[in-house]
Amino acid sequence: MKVKAGDELAPLEIAVTRTLIVAGAIASRDYQDVHHDAELAREKGSPDIFMNILTTNGLVGRYVTDRLGPSAVLRKVAIRLGAPNYPGDTMVLSGTVTAVADDGTAEVAVVGSNGLGRHVTGTVTVGVPQGAA
Amino acid sequence: MTAGTGAPEDPDELYGRLKEFEGRAAATAGTGKDPVNEPMIRHWCEAMGDTDPAYRGPDAVAPPTMLQAWTMGGLSGHTDRSAAYEELFGLLDGAGYTSVVATDCEQEYLRPLRPGDRITFDAVVESVSERKTTKLGTGYFVTTRMDVRADGELAGTHRFRILKYTPAAAKRKTRGGGRNLRPRPVINRDNAGFWQGVAEHRLLIQRCTGCGTLRFPWLPGCNACGCQEWDTVEASGEGTVFSHVVMHHPPFPAFAADGAGGPYAVALIELAEGVRMVANVIGVPYDKVRPGMPVRLEFLRTEPELELPVFRGGEG
Repeated sequence: MKVKAGDELAPLEIAVTRTLIVAGAIASRDYQDVHHDAELAREKGSPDIFMNILTTNGLVGRYVTDRLGPSAVLRKVAIRLGAPNYPGDTMVLSGTVTAVADDGTAEVAVVGSNGLGRHVTGTVTVGVPQGAA
Repeated sequence: MTAGTGAPEDPDELYGRLKEFEGRAAATAGTGKDPVNEPMIRHWCEAMGDTDPAYRGPDAVAPPTMLQAWTMGGLSGHTDRSAAYEELFGLLDGAGYTSVVATDCEQEYLRPLRPGDRITFDAVVESVSERKTTKLGTGYFVTTRMDVRADGELAGTHRFRILKYTPAAAKRKTRGGGRNLRPRPVINRDNAGFWQGVAEHRLLIQRCTGCGTLRFPWLPGCNACGCQEWDTVEASGEGTVFSHVVMHHPPFPAFAADGAGGPYAVALIELAEGVRMVANVIGVPYDKVRPGMPVRLEFLRTEPELELPVFRGGEG
């Protein structure tokens, strides 16, 4: 798949269910109670459980490779979290290709927005074989 | 999310001690509890909804974003953390910065991880921030950098930033029993009669028995003649908005019926009897309150033990 700077990736809507939050936490071996126990999360000042950073990282990586095709290989993923992903919310991931090097390495600026604001902003560096031109 | 730093008049002695941990090992020769393996890869892909064929089949690689997952302590916890890292956390916990939230993750992938790879890792405390106040609370950002190796070969780097903080909500909890409550009225011998009236759903205005001048709020003496003798008249409950302000910030959930914390209108009500009082206007959106708007007295129970006089805005 050929990409060029300025290309926008089609958005991806993620339903932030309680199941996704817990499944992501456990699949990433993260047993912090704030990611599975609503009562203990509230005691710590959070209104509910919230998605862990490893799940967000995984979803950002999935989004970029989903959109750029199976030959795309992740090189770097750098993310910063903002508004938490609480159950019942929807996160919409969107991305813009900001640069493409001669060797096909692309930089993608990714934003994941939920009902509260920006859950995640980040930059993904991805190798995209350019194929025969 | 950073809103500011510690107040300058409060020199941050703790920061100096925390700063000394920069450059010290956070984990040395840690080992992944499981080798890279297909079941964990599959569970990850199921959770993420990731159907990339690169993560399946005989030549499967692990999703690169799993990098940190292979280093996690899991339910049985970390056994690889250094004494320095434990000491750093002990200092923060001891100072009341007991909560943790991850804020940043930066990973670089140097070579793919494949089933069977044995994971080892080393980590260093890269930096500790000055004390910061964020939406969540006040605390310190701690950044660690980890090198992840597969069968001894560097496979990726992982920079991770957390905020160790005292939850802002926990502070409120100690003051307000965990709920957002309005400030309590200060009731003393000069105004006890007013609050007695409120309890009986009567809005009482003081009247000087010397010169007949009405006064509000309640005071021991007359502003007009200085006489300290008084009685009361009950307000009819009719009034108009004399002036108002709209409170935008800081949010104060107790003052908004929907708990959103504002904006809400605070009005100076001119009672039909001529005196003015500050109160909430209900039944009208905050941005529709206008001077001259007719209002009528009601008593609003805001909490089980608190009832207040408020004014309902008229239609039109």
